Amino acid sequence: MAEYLILIYEDEKSWANADKAAYDSTLEGHNAFAEKHGSAIRGGKALWASDTATSIRQGTVTDGPFAETKEGLGGYYLIEAANLDDAIAIAKDVPAPFGGVEVRPIRVFD
Amino acid sequence: MSENMFEESAAGRRASRTHSQVAAAVAEAHRREWGFVLAATVRVTRDIDLAEECVQDAYARALSTWGSRGVPANPGAWLTTVARRRALDLLRRDASLRARLPLLLDEPDPAPQPEIPDDRLRLVFTCCHPALAQPAQVALTLRLLCGLTTAEVAHAFLVSEPTMAARITRAKKKIAAARIPYEVPQAAARPERIEAVLTVVHLLYTTGHTAPAGASLVRRDLVERALDLARMLRQLLPADADVAGLLALIVLTDARRSTRVADDGRLLLLADQDRSRWDQGAIAEGIALVREALRRRPPGRFALMAAIAAVHAEAPSWGDTDWRELVGLYDLLIDIWPSPVVALNRAVAVGFASGPCDGLAALDALAAEPQLAGYGYLAAARADFLRQLGRLDEARTAYEEALMLTENEVERRFLADRLASLPPP
Repeated sequence: MAEYLILIYEDEKSWANADKAAYDSTLEGHNAFAEKHGSAIRGGKALWASDTATSIRQGTVTDGPFAETKEGLGGYYLIEAANLDDAIAIAKDVPAPFGGVEVRPIRVFD
Repeated sequence: MSENMFEESAAGRRASRTHSQVAAAVAEAHRREWGFVLAATVRVTRDIDLAEECVQDAYARALSTWGSRGVPANPGAWLTTVARRRALDLLRRDASLRARLPLLLDEPDPAPQPEIPDDRLRLVFTCCHPALAQPAQVALTLRLLCGLTTAEVAHAFLVSEPTMAARITRAKKKIAAARIPYEVPQAAARPERIEAVLTVVHLLYTTGHTAPAGASLVRRDLVERALDLARMLRQLLPADADVAGLLALIVLTDARRSTRVADDGRLLLLADQDRSRWDQGAIAEGIALVREALRRRPPGRFALMAAIAAVHAEAPSWGDTDWRELVGLYDLLIDIWPSPVVALNRAVAVGFASGPCDGLAALDALAAEPQLAGYGYLAAARADFLRQLGRLDEARTAYEEALMLTENEVERRFLADRLASLPPP
């Protein structure tokens, strides 16, 4: 088995303009996801939007996310899966109406 | 094992004859068995690089051993046994190697089974995994299934060797780090994954069929590899209609191989090819495969493309070509595969079915397709219809445009000849 981080990237503007129904249905989607894949999920959180981010490079603190992109990192899940195919199958169930997800293998140092 | 058998052999002449025979047998086994041997060895090493090393070593041993003991009845099995034994030796000796990679198989201890399973399907699904970029899929397939060296793969795709080496290294690293599985996908995911594999084989074939640049029209090596791979898939997935369709397409198109270029190197279009020299055995094989592929409803992309090739293959002469049937097949193909290139071919068929005026109208409807903007065949097809309509100035401009858009020397010469055959302005 291996661990994967599922990073949820979405268009933050779309979320800012979204109505309550969009929030509610996405929240429901996350509940359904957690129920379906409870045995694989090792953790996961939602993040505040990237305008709350603070970046630090070589000790210098600046306002804003590390990289300005159209789609911002909005949350993540840490999951366990046998291989990339299983991880992708799980990641496809993550709700991300205004974007998508990235799957990254967790690196283990012996 | 005698490493120096050629030096120590008493019958020097006999040894040298044997040497060339052995070298030929090893080369043949390299071409036919590389993928099989590597796929079976990966099962033991669970690591592609280590498996490649062991397989390379097994072929080197074959070169020396087969000379003294004769070529084995089943070279693939012999090579696999030697490669796997080498892998187990290395793994036993080097615990750090064993711990190096968590790769590929979540199966218990990979003890060598007495019989050697055919793992080539696992290997091809790993090489053509959608998590890898397509150029990497193509490169890995050539390297791991066909046994091409990095230099050969680089040459095939006209990139530098360091670029290709980096591409292959990066892909292998991703397979290991992200744990792209070494297995045949679950039934639900299989059609999509087979499609990815077939796309790679088809891309290899089309790249070989009309090389994008260079002195010769056909890259024979790539065509052969694509044909080998399609035959392998047919053997491993005999019930799959798309596989039958792709093999049919390659076999039927390749049946015309020897007639596509004239003795003096000029490009010959279908209209001018000597049909008596088409390979009738290949055509019969291809048509049987097309029938099988078309039995699935709705027919797939490759089955329809093969059916189109079959219509040409069955026409006794260019004049007897059933263009209405072809337009109908292109219509079906566009429904499931709406590509501008297919639309272009359909427009050409329309021109032959209902005259150059209709053909030109169908082509001009595609003029705004951004995907066709740099595609020389559109300009070349327009030029031909314009020439037939007597609109020679426009034809001239279109041939000139087509000339600017191909780097293939044989195609360039064909277009230049056409241009020169127009009366001067």
